[in-house]
Amino acid sequence: MGTVKKKGILGDLKESLIQRLFQTSGLLAIIVLVGIFALLLHTSIPAFREVSLKEFLTSTRWDPTSPERPEYGLLSMLASTVMVTFGALLVAFPVGVAVAAYLSDVASPRVRELVKPVVELLAAIPSVVVGFIGITLVGPLIAKLFNLSHGLTALNGSLLLAIMALPTIISISEDSLNAVPVSYVEASLALGANRWQTLVRVKIPAALSGIIASMMLGMGRAIGETMTVLMATGNARAFPHGFLQSVRTLTANIAIELGEVPYYTTHYYALFAIGLVLFILTFFVNLTADVILEKQKRKLR
Amino acid sequence: MKSSVKKSHKNLKSQLTQFTGFLFLRLAVYSVLFILLYFFYDVGSQGYKAISWEFLSQVPKRGMTEGGIFPAIVGTFLVTLITALFAVPLGMAAAIYLNEYARAGRLTRLIRLSIRNLAGVPSIVYGLFGVILFVNMLKFGTSVLSAGLTLGLLTLPWTITASEEALKSVPDSYREGALALGATKWQMIRTNVLPYSIPGMLTGAVLGLARAAGETAPIMFTGAAFYLPFLPRSLKDQFMALPYHLYIMATQHHAIDKARPLAYGTALVLIVFVVLFNLGAILVRARLRRKWRH
Repeated sequence: MGTVKKKGILGDLKESLIQRLFQTSGLLAIIVLVGIFALLLHTSIPAFREVSLKEFLTSTRWDPTSPERPEYGLLSMLASTVMVTFGALLVAFPVGVAVAAYLSDVASPRVRELVKPVVELLAAIPSVVVGFIGITLVGPLIAKLFNLSHGLTALNGSLLLAIMALPTIISISEDSLNAVPVSYVEASLALGANRWQTLVRVKIPAALSGIIASMMLGMGRAIGETMTVLMATGNARAFPHGFLQSVRTLTANIAIELGEVPYYTTHYYALFAIGLVLFILTFFVNLTADVILEKQKRKLR
Repeated sequence: MKSSVKKSHKNLKSQLTQFTGFLFLRLAVYSVLFILLYFFYDVGSQGYKAISWEFLSQVPKRGMTEGGIFPAIVGTFLVTLITALFAVPLGMAAAIYLNEYARAGRLTRLIRLSIRNLAGVPSIVYGLFGVILFVNMLKFGTSVLSAGLTLGLLTLPWTITASEEALKSVPDSYREGALALGATKWQMIRTNVLPYSIPGMLTGAVLGLARAAGETAPIMFTGAAFYLPFLPRSLKDQFMALPYHLYIMATQHHAIDKARPLAYGTALVLIVFVVLFNLGAILVRARLRRKWRH
């Protein structure tokens, strides 16, 4: 510590400047979040000079390049997004909670040290690779099973998104299960319950809010995922009627059309309006999960 | 006598439920492991056929049905470098503020809330934001710079969180020791906190960057090019990137049969890259953890 300098006015100034510098970096998170919202909103507004908000939100027809009458309804794509997400959670939620329960209550420490990195690795696979596997592996399997001409369907997207939502569900659920006080478990075991009964009737109910939050965070990921659904679900524009049909989600539609659209046209602005809808959707899903988790943290403290 | 028989019967039943229950949990774990391994096996067994020195060192040829992915490897490396230069220092600085300076209060809560929410913003929305801000408003055009900065914003919440974790692992006694000797706050951070947390910070940053390098949606419209037979010469040039190249080869190519083996090769390169970085980070982390335990 021989380098400690004398403190003086200059030193104080330096200290406060450095603090200000770090503080600005911290504030950047708020600025970026608000900035994303503001710029998306700003770029969306011109679309509504030609398209009514009602048509945008309630029409099922999206045909911006029609020469007679361009149409801008996002309902079909919104329904596709909801459907694919719902299907993904139907698979990922039970499996994810089961894996989390295994890691927190059954696995030996050695097994846990082995499984956890594998789950992290699953989260690290690029979404474009998952989409590629959907084209080459999962899709053809679905086509074979259900006798379809191709497997690029909502089901394909759901299964792949389930895999992508799993790591989030597993890690947050496991954290919540581990946060249940040991005294709960000890009390249950002392009353003669076995480990399975303790898990199902004591630990999972106590950790339920966190487990639900994990599902919401997984939902947020599935709603916003682009490359996987773009590559794996076939991108048909019609309103979805079943899991064995091709669908086009909100994210996929932006990815498909933004590359071809002329800048500063109604179509261009409308794509940013879809982006705004996505931002708002995921914002509220994530915020809800966040509020639930904070509440649980306070309760278990 | 009768009641004890009943009791043991009940016991047996509950033991059976426990057995089946745990079996179900085990099955869930095995299926997840199986899926991951099968994915790797599929891409590995198909992809290795495409891998050769030529594949890694040549530009794509004959309408991307032959040749290699060299420009895509270099492009991904360059864009990730820009992402790192932008996001890592900012992420570290924000983490230092949150962990060392910020007092518990409304502002700090708001910053943390924003960070968690930023982590949940869809990657394509970052792409749209990049188009508005970097490509159009700041006039960087569709370029390696715009794409790198867009990925930088995407990575920011991850680098902040990872850096904060590393700062938290430094014991408070280190800080108190420096302050007790009369060091100022910055001197304390510089001499007694940063040297011990930088390895952890960089590990987290590398993991975040590996994830950013695999992203496609944010770079599709901010600078990644369909096909460029040469390397970017300046920050304002477009570039080829591995994940976008895989997307093109898998979906946009007219001759699927000829493109498929090369697509598998590209997918394998991406996966190997991600696995290596993750394994490296896991090893470094385990070492750091052991170090702090002693």
